[in-house]
Amino acid sequence: MNRIYFDHNATTPLHPEVRKAITGAMDTFGNPSSLHEDGREARALVEDAREKVAALINAEPEEIMFVGSGSEGNNTVLSIMSCTGAQCGMHPPVNSQLVVSTIEHPCILETSRCLENRGIGVRRVGVDGRGLLRMDELEEALESDTSLVSIMMVNNETGSIQDIPRAVELAHAAGALFHTDAVQAVGKLPVDVKELDVDFLTISAHKIYGPKGAGALFVRKGTPFCPLIRGGHQEMGRRAGTENTLGIVGLGRAAELRALEMDAEEERLARLNLLLRDGIEDRIENTHFNSFPEFCLPSTLNVSFLGVEGEALLLYLDMEGIEVSTGSACASGSLDPSHVLLEMDLPVEYSHGSLRMSMGRSTTEEEVLRVVEVLPGIVERLRMMSTAYDGSCR
Amino acid sequence: MSSWLYSDKVKAHFMDPKNIMFDDEGFEYDAVGTTGNIKCGDEMTFYLKIDPETLTVTDCRWKTFGCASAIASTSVLSEMIKGMKLDDAYSISNVDIMKELGGLPENKVHCSVLGDKALQKAIDNYYRSRGMDDRVHETESRIICRCLNVSEEEIEHAVLEGARNYYQLQEMTKVGTSCGQCEEEARERLAFYIEKHFGNDSKDSAQGRKLPGR
Repeated sequence: MNRIYFDHNATTPLHPEVRKAITGAMDTFGNPSSLHEDGREARALVEDAREKVAALINAEPEEIMFVGSGSEGNNTVLSIMSCTGAQCGMHPPVNSQLVVSTIEHPCILETSRCLENRGIGVRRVGVDGRGLLRMDELEEALESDTSLVSIMMVNNETGSIQDIPRAVELAHAAGALFHTDAVQAVGKLPVDVKELDVDFLTISAHKIYGPKGAGALFVRKGTPFCPLIRGGHQEMGRRAGTENTLGIVGLGRAAELRALEMDAEEERLARLNLLLRDGIEDRIENTHFNSFPEFCLPSTLNVSFLGVEGEALLLYLDMEGIEVSTGSACASGSLDPSHVLLEMDLPVEYSHGSLRMSMGRSTTEEEVLRVVEVLPGIVERLRMMSTAYDGSCR
Repeated sequence: MSSWLYSDKVKAHFMDPKNIMFDDEGFEYDAVGTTGNIKCGDEMTFYLKIDPETLTVTDCRWKTFGCASAIASTSVLSEMIKGMKLDDAYSISNVDIMKELGGLPENKVHCSVLGDKALQKAIDNYYRSRGMDDRVHETESRIICRCLNVSEEEIEHAVLEGARNYYQLQEMTKVGTSCGQCEEEARERLAFYIEKHFGNDSKDSAQGRKLPGR
């Protein structure tokens, strides 16, 4: 069966050119820290990749450090909150309040809860029904004791794009540093760190057709920093551990390709998103769209169907070769449905039946039409057996 | 397709669930029972046709707002109970259903309890509607920890959610964390529900550990 992969926000397949770059580097085994020729060859690959990643977001190469994942990048930034400066000798923030949004990725939310347990103040800023940050709440949360604000650029579940320039302006005015988790944004929309004026920014390779296990963290020159992984001089002493040369090469090539392909692709995806959305709206009643085209990435469409449980829907679609995600509690293994949708005040009857479809460079119009053709029958089938959907809704 | 998330039997019942209540079929029933809650993400309703002479299930239907495991396990259960005496149907346990299904991942077990809970409610409702109150099984959930008002039902729920030893049970329910007098009874209930839902293999693995009382 031909599979239709509509889960690009979860991960993406390797770009064939990225694959070529990685396989081409496979025999470059040297330790980039070694002074001899094998080491220097590996070092050259790492530094070349650093330049490419920097170029994609208009940073200086020395402002890019490589990490093992987006989650590691995010954990690293939050860890500066508990730095005392005694060990690392860097300049820790003097104040001790952290501000995050309520729809951050769990790697931010759980880490901030952990910091809270260690006595660091955490304030959480909510979103409106469209998933957009409440700027008035942010303004209120910012006080002279706020040292760091962390707001994601694009939400992984709904694709909502936050007004980062405005949030940075508010944070800086209050004297706080600003971090943005841009894992779902970089390579999908233009990101310029100089224009945005952010202090930290997280990137992940596997969301942009690069390999798993590689990511990057932008740290603005002169910004206080404290390493999460200690015990080595790598990455300017900011991240100990021998560099993942192959992953870094893959990330570099992926970044380079994104710069070339991104614009045309996003235009194409915007058309497909509209086709998908209209198709669903026309054929399935009692749906609720959780993605708002004016404020969302064109690749992502999050939609809920009244009376339908998401995990069952996902698995029936999987039988048809259509691969998606859901915010349903049952799919996550916990009892709670998507925290993002709950924060958007989506009624619970809808929040357990959400479907996230995320398209990418391989997505075709035929695939969208096939999804639009298959989905109504499956929703209907689940509604017929549902205790939460009766004829009167129809 | 590569190996599926669940067993072949779960997949077969999920793909083609038996005895679903379709509104247009006009299925006539003698008893109905509902459990779960949309807010928690799953709900189940069981409909029974019962022979009043023999107190036997002659036919049944069900409906759910639930995941693949809930659909598959209830489908299997609905096949098992046809022709069964009401009291035998009532005593079908989760472990029996698991056996029939070829197993489920542990974090999915709580989804599959839904079917037999709804069935039990339907049976009790039948007895009540026929004035056979002496046959009703359901009793009010007993309070085990009087200090913190923790009921048997909460202990069962915690087991389904993953509690496998007294320490975990205490973390989840706070049972016995005040005066501590209910410890013995709470441990007994813990073992009972672990065996009921997961069989013998998952006995208390950290017998000694517990949270201190106040």
